[in-house]
Amino acid sequence: MTTIRCDIVSAEANIFHGDVAMVIATGEAGELGIVSRHAPLLTRLRPGQVEVIGEDGTRQEYYVSGGILEVQPNVVTVLADTALRADEIDESAARRAKESAERILADRGDAKTVEQAQEQLTQALAQLSALERLRKNLQH
Amino acid sequence: MAGAREIRSKIKSVANTRKVTSALQMVSASKIRRAQDLMHTSRPYTLHMRRVVAHIAQANTDYKHPALVEREVKRVCYIVVSTDRGLCGGLNANLFRKVLADIHGWQQKGVGVELIAIGQKAAQFFRHIKLDMVGTVAHLGDHPRVEKLVGVLKLADDGFMRGKVDRIYLCYNQFVNTMVQRATIDTLFPLPTAAKEIQATEADEAHPQPAIAKVDRANTWDYLYEPEAEPVIRHVLNRYFEAMAYHATLENLASEHAARMVAMKAASDNATKAINTLTLIYNKARQAAITQEISEIVGGAAAVGG
Repeated sequence: MTTIRCDIVSAEANIFHGDVAMVIATGEAGELGIVSRHAPLLTRLRPGQVEVIGEDGTRQEYYVSGGILEVQPNVVTVLADTALRADEIDESAARRAKESAERILADRGDAKTVEQAQEQLTQALAQLSALERLRKNLQH
Repeated sequence: MAGAREIRSKIKSVANTRKVTSALQMVSASKIRRAQDLMHTSRPYTLHMRRVVAHIAQANTDYKHPALVEREVKRVCYIVVSTDRGLCGGLNANLFRKVLADIHGWQQKGVGVELIAIGQKAAQFFRHIKLDMVGTVAHLGDHPRVEKLVGVLKLADDGFMRGKVDRIYLCYNQFVNTMVQRATIDTLFPLPTAAKEIQATEADEAHPQPAIAKVDRANTWDYLYEPEAEPVIRHVLNRYFEAMAYHATLENLASEHAARMVAMKAASDNATKAINTLTLIYNKARQAAITQEISEIVGGAAAVGG
């Protein structure tokens, strides 16, 4: 199987580096699955998971709160705003963020805070769903 | 006992100086660790960002962002990152000398130069030189934040986008190790020039992995963009600009603490040496005075006793 090199970095750390079979990420226009020899592509990422499937089929999930994805035929680079391993996400913190975001939304403040709250909410939801999926994987 | 008192007060003042220098040394020694950590965590992101941008520079994009076009150089902008405080050896002086030489080169070609100073030392230094200083920011502290830089970066970016300046340089001290800091001038915009530099430095450092994906079909391909070329490229280049400047401040911060630690250690050592020499002189003077007194007494007693 041909592999593609994948680098996931955030401003805080080097998250992942290695040769993988496939990278799955959520781009602005939808989900992307990238394998070797993909056409060059440049997109922004939505808050959500980036999944890396290794040569042996092992899966690793990372959570990013937005960022940039660049594809060259033999390299995928994810420049994440913040990237976390899915199992590092603090569930209670994510839940709290979600609740506070929902509260702010319910209040209907001025346009800017609504926008911020929506952003917060998307991030919190994405973190939670990453956790959910991680838990399901663990049960298998 | 001529001079003994002066020598003693001199010893005291040198000892006080040593107290200050060794305190500064210890402060920097404790801060350098954190500064280095900050720098190391930000390095991979910056490195990959530079690579991505170097790729973009080689693409034949349908949206021509101003940064992707090499223009005739009529005016350049230097962003100079310096420290807020002195007492860090030749750190700032080395960087300023290098920048000045560069500026001089442009001026001789009749190219206008403007400057943005980050950190107090750069602002103070370049105020005395006939230059257009368009913006300054200082007091970034020990944990620089991107928000503090955004203002001056916007100035530089706007200047470039409006065609007021044709080139932007970023000058800072690169942290190599505690003993070595390298004064560095990087081209930020336009990208084709920056990309050449990036390739050159990466070839220098002989990275274990092929640093930039081989794009031998230069300018014959383009990316797929999702959703559109323009917002994506704008976003990426904004991020690039911020990330590079932010990282430069981190490198400079680590360099500052390293340089100060070394400079202050040297100063403390010199103070210790000076104190030893002075103490020796003082003791000699004291002994000479005692000997003289004794011989005077003995002489006096002999004269009386007859």
